[in-house]
Amino acid sequence: MKRGTREYTIWSVGIVAIIVAALFPVFWLLMLSLKTPATVGDGRLWPKEFTFANYEALFTGGFYDSPFLRPLINSILIALIATTIAIILASFTAYAIARLNFPGKALVLAGSLAIAMFPPISVVGPLFDMWRALGIYDTYPGLIIPYLTFALPLAIYTLVAFFREIPWELEQAAAVDGATPMQAFRKVIVPLATPGMFTAAILVFIFCWNDFLFAITLTSSKEGAQTVPAALAFFTGESQFTAPTGNIAAAAILVTIPIILFVLFFQRRIVAGLTAGAVKG
Amino acid sequence: MAEIKLRGVTKRFPDGTEAVKQMDLDIGDGEFMIFVGPSGCGKSTALRMIAGLEDISDGELEIGGEVVNDRAPKDRDIAMVFQSYALYPHMSVRDNIAFPLKIAGASDEEVTSKVEEAARILDLDRLLDRKPANLSGGQRQRVAMGRAIVRDPKAFLMDEPLSNLDAKLRVQMRTEVSRIQQRLGTTMVYVTHDQTEAMTLGDRVAVMRAGVLQQVDSPQKLYDHPNNLFVAGFIGSPAMNFFPARVENGRVTLPFGEAPAPAGVEASGDVIAGLRPEDFEDAEFAPEGHDNALTFDAPIVLTESMGSETYAYFTYQGGAAQSDELNELAADAGLTDLPSSGENQAVARLDPQTKAHEGATTRRWMNAGKLHLFDPHDGHNLAHGDATPATAGGRQESSPQQPVAGTNEP
Amino acid sequence: MSSAAPPQVGAAAQKPKKVGLTERGRAERKLAWMLCAPAVFVMILVTAYPIGYALVLSLREVDLRFPNEGGFAGLDNYITVLSSGLWWEVVFNTLLITVISVIIELILGMIIALVMHRAIFGRGAVRTSVLIPYGIVTVVAAFAWFYAFSPETGFVNNTFLSPDDKAWFGEKGSALTVVIFAEVWKTTPFMALLLLAGLTTIDEGLYEAARVDGASAWQRFVRITLPLMKPAIAVALLFRTLDAFRVFDSIFVMTRGAQDTQSVSILGYDQLISRLNLGLGSAVSVLIFLMVLIIAFIFVKGFGASVPGQEEGR
Ligand SMILES: Nc1ncnc2c1ncn2[C@@H]1O[C@H](COP(=O)(O)OP(=O)(O)OP(=O)(O)O)[C@@H](O)[C@H]1O
Ligand SMILES: [Mg+2]
Repeated sequence: MKRGTREYTIWSVGIVAIIVAALFPVFWLLMLSLKTPATVGDGRLWPKEFTFANYEALFTGGFYDSPFLRPLINSILIALIATTIAIILASFTAYAIARLNFPGKALVLAGSLAIAMFPPISVVGPLFDMWRALGIYDTYPGLIIPYLTFALPLAIYTLVAFFREIPWELEQAAAVDGATPMQAFRKVIVPLATPGMFTAAILVFIFCWNDFLFAITLTSSKEGAQTVPAALAFFTGESQFTAPTGNIAAAAILVTIPIILFVLFFQRRIVAGLTAGAVKG
Repeated sequence: MAEIKLRGVTKRFPDGTEAVKQMDLDIGDGEFMIFVGPSGCGKSTALRMIAGLEDISDGELEIGGEVVNDRAPKDRDIAMVFQSYALYPHMSVRDNIAFPLKIAGASDEEVTSKVEEAARILDLDRLLDRKPANLSGGQRQRVAMGRAIVRDPKAFLMDEPLSNLDAKLRVQMRTEVSRIQQRLGTTMVYVTHDQTEAMTLGDRVAVMRAGVLQQVDSPQKLYDHPNNLFVAGFIGSPAMNFFPARVENGRVTLPFGEAPAPAGVEASGDVIAGLRPEDFEDAEFAPEGHDNALTFDAPIVLTESMGSETYAYFTYQGGAAQSDELNELAADAGLTDLPSSGENQAVARLDPQTKAHEGATTRRWMNAGKLHLFDPHDGHNLAHGDATPATAGGRQESSPQQPVAGTNEP
Repeated sequence: MSSAAPPQVGAAAQKPKKVGLTERGRAERKLAWMLCAPAVFVMILVTAYPIGYALVLSLREVDLRFPNEGGFAGLDNYITVLSSGLWWEVVFNTLLITVISVIIELILGMIIALVMHRAIFGRGAVRTSVLIPYGIVTVVAAFAWFYAFSPETGFVNNTFLSPDDKAWFGEKGSALTVVIFAEVWKTTPFMALLLLAGLTTIDEGLYEAARVDGASAWQRFVRITLPLMKPAIAVALLFRTLDAFRVFDSIFVMTRGAQDTQSVSILGYDQLISRLNLGLGSAVSVLIFLMVLIIAFIFVKGFGASVPGQEEGR
């Protein structure tokens, strides 16, 4: 009994410590974003007075003049488009790898892995130059293409791991039950593959949402394709002399909301997705 | 409902493996046909070719009088139960059973009524809204059966449908399968490597080995008149005992004495004799009225009591039966511990009141009238027709009285 | 039997005879290639081609501020980079950040993984909260810690941990410390999840057997967990090392490379984008690429990190 309580205490302390350490910075940013300009520098964890002014400031000026709205729209659209395309392409590839026999399979896997390790900084210079020559600098495609490239290995590995788990015998069961190959695919395989694809999509979305390097090198304006992380880094205060701390904190909280929602609702899936690809290693 | 005919059906895999070789078989309308044989002998491959899940490399397959070689599974109107059951995990039991009907475009009322009928037959009424993940093994098995029977197909194909169940459930489901097949009267092809299933379920049993059909017969006939050494050794448990023997002028010389050769044996020379364990008995319990019996002294090395009977392992003088066939059989059938395969030991199934015990030597009786004699070179049963002299090492053609009989590869 | 059967003699020796591809096999191959083609194309478009282009640029004298000048420069750009003290200092900074943060992450990650794996309760809560650092935008995390340490806004200087007026970002050592701190906070969960994946593959029975054999908890960890997790650890280390080596976002937000806190990625960005010196910047890019190759090579050869997917090319 004594040993039991001690163990219980150790676990409790460890668990609480991990949770606090993981969540504290978000709490801190949230508090910071609720401080008034006068108290933003007081270094307190709990604001003396609360204000939503920092959030309002992000959206004042509407579509054209708000410093945050356009980057937010850019971020959402670019991440969604890149995710959709990446998942479609990766599903094709992962299906081939999980289900078909063909020479070059190992090469495709090894190549994806190599790209997962590739340093993006090594290509931003050439891409900067190429995109300007092609006229896609500071446009959606200009960001979506590199996001696709670097998200594909993640998506392919996750999907291959999931697709291998699908009991493909069901396809045959459907065939003897009288289904055409297309019906078997639509009614049996797609419903089984969807959870894996959804998981991969979350991971890819998080990846695209997070990018900073391409966002600051391949875009230049919020009217173009600048995303929130890039906009954050170049935020200026309302006047030259006020630091934009509160506004940045507010913007940072806003871009964290989708992540928190994902994590809250899809914790199991994300963990499964992240661990699925790694298990074989 | 329909007959299924295989004409020289062969399966060659891309890597060159010939999993099924020149299979000829007629399965009658409403017949319960069992495929049995050691692991890897091509049972599943043969079944999957009938289902259309595997291309036929050579030969012709007819279902219901039509050649279906080039038809997709869905156009063959057959139903299959997989070893893993292959239930659709995202559908409820109801939807699983309804799937073939819905695919076929049945009306809602028809789907409902047929699903409910199938559920009633299989006692699944109360489980219809569960997902497969929440079912026990036996229940899953029944859902798989339900999916097969709901459509009233031309034939049922089942690949080891009971092998994932525990022993008790297997017996229970075995009678269930038999009951359903009888009730529906649908042609059935059933793959198993379980002898009991093969012997109790089938109208006829097709014994396969290394892709070659060995013998197709009713269970009793297989047991009483095995075509060759392989079938003799594979069917029956404990397996048939084999002894070295010699035939001359219609008499067989065994390690235990001399007996008249079985009817129809015309060969002479060295042979392999086979006798089932139950054809031995303690001399004191020996049945009366056998004119063709031998008695001899048997030193017991081991007894196993089964309650209703006792297996006694005894040794005999005169060396063990040796043949390439026999060694291969032992390996093939996984019978490495076949009591008489490598040493001069045999097993007898005795009356439980026997006094035989380890170390004792008791008087043993044997029914020599039940002897089987086999060619030591190719293993064919010498009593079956056109015997080639054992010493000549010839090969045997299909015996005339068997519907189909493959020959052995040397 | 059938005349098509191969001759018996030596048939066993030629058993795995190469049979020409069947119709189905050929179709399958073609389908597979068609399915892979788009993804492979996109991946190559943005990596292989640009890195080749970077190689070309690095051999020329291209400065976008003077677009009409420039020509073949041979290895001049490389010589300039490699002979500058700045480059080597930056490499040192990067390696320092990489090594320290990866070591800390490995230890913390292992602890967190064990907690997530073994926790008697609160498992879901731990997993959920740990995913926040994983999912959060790196720039956001960097700002959070920047504001926490910054003397103007932060609370860190108000605690007993630090003197009131410590200018964390005013000096290289403390600035790098904060950078490493932020990196560790952000990426330890990822490490922990990779390690957790390895942990879950270990058969529980082994622990029970070891328990029966009288092994203490620590002995079980050292004798069973660690050896069996070696592959998972090697993969996690490989990925995290390469990832840490590319460190960019945190430094950019916190110091922009001031106080000699540049990493190789910051230096590359500086040359390429801020100074528009494509020739020199490309030389830096190529060198970074080579260093990543070397690190990966060391891991695969030295630590025996078997690359996932390698063994499955059946
Ligand atoms: N796709 C394939 N490619 C090559 N060889 C195969 C393939 N599928 C099966 N085989 C081979 O064909 C032979 C027959 O296999 P099959 O699955 O029909 O055996 P089985 O009699 O069902 O055995 P079991 O009782 O173990 O299920 C085996 O030797 C097997 O290795
Ligand atoms: Mg099988």
